[in-house]
Amino acid sequence: MSPEENIKAHWAETTRLTYIMIGIWAFFSFFIHMFSPALNGIKIMGFPLGFYMAAQGSLIIFVAQLFWFAKAQDKVDRKYGMAEED
Amino acid sequence: MSTEAQKGDFTSSLGRIYGVYTGGFVAFVVFIGVLERAGVPNHILGYLFVAFTIGVYAAIGIMSRTMQVDEYYVAGRKVPSFYNGMATAADWMSAASFIGMAGTLYLLGYDGLAFILGWTGGYVLVATLIAPYLRKFGCYTVPDFLAFRFGGNAARIAGIVVLMSCSFTYVVAQIVGTGLIGARLLGMSFEVAVFVGLVGILVCSMLGGMRAVTWTQVAQYIVLIVAYLVPVVILSTQKFGIPIPQLTYGSVLSEIQVKEAALGVTAAASHVVPFARYDPLNFFALVLCLMVGTASLPHVLMRYFTTPSVREARSSVAWTLLFIFILYFTAPAYAAFAKLEVFENVIGKPLGQLPGWVYSYGKIGLVQICGGNAVDLATITAACGRIAGHTGILQLSNFAIQADAIVIATPEIAGLPYVVSGLVAAGGLAAALSTADGLLLAIANALSHDVYARMINKDAPVARKLIIARVLLVIVAVIAAWVASGRPADIVAMVAWAFSLAAAGLFPALVMGIWSKKTTAAAAVAGIWAGFLATLVYLVVTRYFPGFGVNVLGMYSNVHPITGAALVDIAKLKAEQPAIFQQGWVLISHPLASKVGYFNVANISAGLFGMPIGFLTMFIVSKFTTAPTKELQSFIDDIRRPSGKAVMIEK
Repeated sequence: MSPEENIKAHWAETTRLTYIMIGIWAFFSFFIHMFSPALNGIKIMGFPLGFYMAAQGSLIIFVAQLFWFAKAQDKVDRKYGMAEED
Repeated sequence: MSTEAQKGDFTSSLGRIYGVYTGGFVAFVVFIGVLERAGVPNHILGYLFVAFTIGVYAAIGIMSRTMQVDEYYVAGRKVPSFYNGMATAADWMSAASFIGMAGTLYLLGYDGLAFILGWTGGYVLVATLIAPYLRKFGCYTVPDFLAFRFGGNAARIAGIVVLMSCSFTYVVAQIVGTGLIGARLLGMSFEVAVFVGLVGILVCSMLGGMRAVTWTQVAQYIVLIVAYLVPVVILSTQKFGIPIPQLTYGSVLSEIQVKEAALGVTAAASHVVPFARYDPLNFFALVLCLMVGTASLPHVLMRYFTTPSVREARSSVAWTLLFIFILYFTAPAYAAFAKLEVFENVIGKPLGQLPGWVYSYGKIGLVQICGGNAVDLATITAACGRIAGHTGILQLSNFAIQADAIVIATPEIAGLPYVVSGLVAAGGLAAALSTADGLLLAIANALSHDVYARMINKDAPVARKLIIARVLLVIVAVIAAWVASGRPADIVAMVAWAFSLAAAGLFPALVMGIWSKKTTAAAAVAGIWAGFLATLVYLVVTRYFPGFGVNVLGMYSNVHPITGAALVDIAKLKAEQPAIFQQGWVLISHPLASKVGYFNVANISAGLFGMPIGFLTMFIVSKFTTAPTKELQSFIDDIRRPSGKAVMIEK
């Protein structure tokens, strides 16, 4: 791969990973809460599920997602030789 | 010994240093508890809390003093991601998060969760779209990046204007926060507490800039998170025997729903039912504005300039969100426990049998019964006596509690000794001071670095730059404290505006600057102004000039979230009271204030208009202006890969 192709490929993969992240973010920020009136019909440990997702569920996803993202992006950078020295 | 070796020692012993600090803080709290047992009066204990914590922050601030530019602006880029996460969490969580958030959830129920979602999810945007790239770029301030990417000082000035308008009201609100905490919890006068706050901010930031602020913010995070968790953990243990309020409040929610039914609260207005106070459009618009605003606020972004690498900038965002999460997923538990207490022990009780905390917080204006402050039994008996047909039993409609009371009152609700209230005061103070430090640094650095060092005197020697930076920092802090000392209610309410302004003014330019090679300088400058001004006009007109909005801009009434009816009948008002449509700078009590707009969008979510306007302007203007040079495009490639040298290297 030429250096230019390498740059392009790295950015394409970075972009793809970012799209996935934004997709997860949009799902747990907006989409799922549109159904909270229905989800509230399900009770878990006293929590109506719709309330639980907005109060805790989505937040847990965000935190987990960011630790995963940090790892995954680093892997992409290393694959194309674009990571910083350790 | 070389500085490098000293730094290595310092970084490797951080765990030990903060471990000892945390142990010392816990020992101090226990010591205060012992003093309380021995009969030392409460106000002395309160002062000891303030003196001890601010003393420690001051010591850290003084030990971290520096005369090096990169230490002053970006803490030498040596802050490990874990500690930067803690510092950013403290930077982020303000007096309002600590004191007010739980109360907002108490008052708004499910719809208050828009703030919980909005103030956490934004970090996904920070981590994926912006922070790592700005870290690689290597700037000291956000306007620095805008200036480099978008052709100079026009973009820099636009960035500075947006930064100032978001950050200044915000820093004033923090200092007001220290005043209120001092006045309500420690029995100081408001003005004295504001002065203490000013001193607390300056000792942490003046000598060491970002470096000192970083290490005090870590210390402040530890204080604030301990203080936030202790009362509600004890409450949960008392009630359920399980010290995890975040899980046990599920049963509290169930009990609340049972009580609500008994008290005649309609199902649609229940604590757990969505879209009763905000309709879905406004709920999601608010979530979006808060999230995007989070991702564009300069005092947050600049914290990620301090990590040693791009890799650590990314993991640091993850740590930040974890540390923020710990507080934010606890806030709804506070709200639930407080609501149940009110439903069980306040509402439906004879006036003579109300718990003592009602009066403790009624005296300082946080609890109202039958329309007046609940000062004592005689006052509320008289007030309720004036209501026709009042039976002497407290009704739901007779009782009002201010948002700020929930966290403050919980220690007393749980029957805990004063030491816990003192701890909460210290935590609230830490939250206010840490956020104020970060904001102040963002404002002062924009003035000293962007305005002075980049635009006025480019060749100033380092020592002079650093002296100017400190002088400006003190000036901004004093002005902010002076404004705060007037208790400006409007300015505190305006803090929510900062998110919409940042979202519309900065987010499009930052994202396009990194993610599009085609966005031109003219497009970015036009986009920043268009998005920012559209948002600002919507905010100011709907809040302060609603008559002008209706008459000239064709605005109309917003609607009620449950019934869908118009909040104000414009035609009727125009016929009956035409004068109110001519008024400007109206008070919040004005019949039209914050009740008119377009498409039923509340003014707190004004960024919903500004963001697309900003993006669209950039897209269109880019089509008609010359594309960025090859050289600039290759710089963008450099920003996008972690390896290699920083694009901008500071001298």
